[in-house]
Amino acid sequence: MLKRTLLAGMAALGLAVAFSSGALAAHDFKIVYIGKNTGNPYFDSITGGFKDACAKIGCQFEFVAPATAEATSQIPLIDAQVQKGVNVIAIAPNSPDAMNQALDAARAKGILVLAVNGDLVGNESHRDANILPVDFTKTGPNQVELMGSMIGYKGDIAILSATTEAPDQNTWIAAMKDTLAKDPKYKDMKLVATVYGDDQPEKSTTEMEGLLSNYPNLVGVIAPTTVGVAAAAQVVQQRGIADKVHVTGLGLPSEMKDFIKDGTVKAFQLWSPYNEGWLAAYFADGVLNKTIDNKVGTKFDVPTLGTITIGDKNVMNTQAELTTFDASNIDNFNF
Amino acid sequence: MNAVKSILLRREIGIFAAIVVFCAIVGIANPRFLTTDNFRVILLLMPLVMVAAMGEMLVIIARHVDLSVGSTLGFSAMMTALMFKLAPGIPWYLGFGVAIGIGAVLGLINGAMIIAFRLPAIIVTLGTLYLYRGLTFIASDARQIDRQFIPGPLKAMSANSPTYALPWIVIIAVAVVLITYWFANHSRLGRQVYAIGSNPAAAPLRGIPVTAVTLAVFSISGALAGLAGIMYASRWAFVNPSNTGWGFEFQVIAAVVIGGVSINGGVGSVLGVVLGVLLLSCVSAALPLLGIAGTVQSAIYGLVIIIALVIDQTVRERGILALASARSARP
Amino acid sequence: MTTEPIAPTANALDAAPARPLWQVIFIRPVMLTVLLLILEPIVASVFWPQSLDLQYILSTFTLTAPLALMALVLTLVIIAGEIDLSPASSMALTACVFAAVQQAGVPFPLAVLICVVLGLVLGLFNAFLVVFLRLPSLIATIGTLTFYRGLAQVLAGDNSIKLPEWYMGLNLVTILGIPVPDLIVLVAAILLALLLGATIFGRQVFQIGTNEIAARHAGIRTRSIKTTLFATLGVVSALAGMMFVSQLGTVRYDLGLGGELQMVLMAMLGGTYIFGGRGSILGTFLAGWLLSIMTNAMNTASWLPATQFCLLGVLLIVSIIITNFIYSRTQR
Repeated sequence: MLKRTLLAGMAALGLAVAFSSGALAAHDFKIVYIGKNTGNPYFDSITGGFKDACAKIGCQFEFVAPATAEATSQIPLIDAQVQKGVNVIAIAPNSPDAMNQALDAARAKGILVLAVNGDLVGNESHRDANILPVDFTKTGPNQVELMGSMIGYKGDIAILSATTEAPDQNTWIAAMKDTLAKDPKYKDMKLVATVYGDDQPEKSTTEMEGLLSNYPNLVGVIAPTTVGVAAAAQVVQQRGIADKVHVTGLGLPSEMKDFIKDGTVKAFQLWSPYNEGWLAAYFADGVLNKTIDNKVGTKFDVPTLGTITIGDKNVMNTQAELTTFDASNIDNFNF
Repeated sequence: MNAVKSILLRREIGIFAAIVVFCAIVGIANPRFLTTDNFRVILLLMPLVMVAAMGEMLVIIARHVDLSVGSTLGFSAMMTALMFKLAPGIPWYLGFGVAIGIGAVLGLINGAMIIAFRLPAIIVTLGTLYLYRGLTFIASDARQIDRQFIPGPLKAMSANSPTYALPWIVIIAVAVVLITYWFANHSRLGRQVYAIGSNPAAAPLRGIPVTAVTLAVFSISGALAGLAGIMYASRWAFVNPSNTGWGFEFQVIAAVVIGGVSINGGVGSVLGVVLGVLLLSCVSAALPLLGIAGTVQSAIYGLVIIIALVIDQTVRERGILALASARSARP
Repeated sequence: MTTEPIAPTANALDAAPARPLWQVIFIRPVMLTVLLLILEPIVASVFWPQSLDLQYILSTFTLTAPLALMALVLTLVIIAGEIDLSPASSMALTACVFAAVQQAGVPFPLAVLICVVLGLVLGLFNAFLVVFLRLPSLIATIGTLTFYRGLAQVLAGDNSIKLPEWYMGLNLVTILGIPVPDLIVLVAAILLALLLGATIFGRQVFQIGTNEIAARHAGIRTRSIKTTLFATLGVVSALAGMMFVSQLGTVRYDLGLGGELQMVLMAMLGGTYIFGGRGSILGTFLAGWLLSIMTNAMNTASWLPATQFCLLGVLLIVSIIITNFIYSRTQR
């Protein structure tokens, strides 16, 4: 522990010296990823992508995260990293706007700021680019289609979401409602309720129980949150009603494996968080070495991901559509 | 008539009335609240808090407080889960011994510091709240222990059992309640706990081994928190270093205090605490059924705590006043 | 053995010899904090030199400043023998209201007034529960902390409420190179220290904490003093909120979540006796700085929250061991 901090301190010092003398080692930049909070398995995957990419590129990577996911908890971390003299800050923001001042201070020092896995909605000018796993506007329709295929495109369904104003959740829910209303394929499916589990297992469970009590005709629940879908699946498993109520959503293969194996959940979707870290590291490398021009419309190649295009508002996606996990492929993934 | 009167004069009648009124109101608003299905939901919400509340009750009766129960739960749960992950061949029921044992040790450390350095329990357990939580992160390398590592039979304990479809964890909680009842009312050590709490200065003069009793009380609280830890693993089928037990101490203490246990020590009953846990669980279960938005739930929870406190205080004071006036009326 | 009553001479009262002056000055609970404040930069200069930049320390303290401000007043409450865990929630609620009414078009001075009055009301509610209903302050304020935070959640939902552009950036304004929030905390500390040490009110606060019944029998208006303290804490939490949101530009219901523990930590590290009757503003002030500096160093070292938690827990326990030790030895 001591040795590591000593080395980190020296490395930071060394970089600060190198930086100030104007000679930046080409691929040896320091990049930090600030997660939403610690102990969240989802970020372990993204971190894995960063680490492996940096191993190939030669950059130095560090992961830090606050103890709680409240809006201001990342600010001291941003300040500390700026003080340390990192070159790239990648962050999964806990708030769309509370960190504007801190991020501006970072960019004023020439640090590249990337939002990874979530964006600063409405405040995009405070970051340089955004890396999202998929096109979030397609997530909603994908989930509705998956749900429909499991229930024969007919019946009452409900949504179990995370927190009430998480921007990604609301984008997906709005798209789901839109798809259900407009696409004639789903005309026999009715959305009866949207409840919020706050990404807490206990709360998600009680909300799920509430759904089952209040809507006895429920045939499906979409939970586009890893905590929610696991909680909902567990309730269904404990009650033994898997053939009556179908659960799906966005889940982590590691958490859902049990439910797939015993048939509680037929299929669920997600993307590859690992790829986000991978892309972010390569992108940062390209921008710092001026091989990638951070402008809308630029295309560049990333190993294993192919060609990535920078879209509107400097947003990039790692893949086009969601990946669907079911019994046939669940064993291939270890995140 | 005397029997009815003596029941009505009991302190717990206040909470019992509150529960009845609450359930009636919610039942009218949404009849699904009063179904057996929902009863099962409420039943499943209770075991963890119930078990830990029994321990916390003893600590508070002894005129201390244990703020570290949440972190103790988390640490015990994590160590047990780690054991399952790293040594999958171990028989799953050993997990109980491990969790309870670790919890007892953590509680003992609390008690030891309080005795040895004559420190106020509230601050010591505030410190261990941080310390044990930090250790949980370090032990797990900040990673969650996933579903597949928790042994199947353990998870099944939350789903079924031989009796009336009551899950095993509920039965365990009931057993703990009964044991605590016997302990508090019919065992020497239990009565000594009450004695220490009602008059700490007089206790050693009466020959009560204060040190031993205090250490015992904190160890019991820790052990029960550890038991709650493995019950957590059974109920939720995963253990996460940030979430598991985070904020748990507030729920436990609220339930205990609502249950009529005086924060000044010496007063409290098992029945009261059971009703306190029941009330809070009913509130938790009612909110989704009433369609109350998630954003409002915290406010209601806080309000319930305050109202219950006020009711309890009024009942208590009026009870004491009645006693005082009865005494002064005697010739 | 004489049967004459012993006249209470000055000598009889001084039965115990006075402690040497150097002991009175140096063997105090706050010394641990002072020692750590001296030790930390030495350690940090070896391992994490970047954290020792004065500008950096001053500017990051602005994030701790709101909590420190409330902790200073909380010290008074604890000295008086009570505790209040709700200020962080009051701060969030008043800040949300502050932002919301401005968004609804209310002019700034009126918004300030509303915010402060709300803080006063929240503090008075606490006082009502603790002083008049005689509820134990620990549990009562746990109840109000949940309730106020919940009200903030009802008001704001999960949204961020933005503040007017011109209001932002208070922490960037510096006087003599020191950011304004830091100065506010300094001024408040000086004022409160004077209040506590040089006024009758302050003296009475100590007396209430030492023995409330005796204080009441001595004619001290314990109920009104305690009410004043709770109300002041409520008002100060509103002020702290206004200071905080200027730095963030927006406010959510989770502002300062968990701050109550940090405030108690500052008070304890500052040598405040949890049972009342002893404590110092200087101690809490220094403890606030110590926490800020240590957190900086730990963040710069990229220590995960886990390790930080352990350190904080150990620090708290060690500090109260020392506090208790010193107080028990110096009690007559």
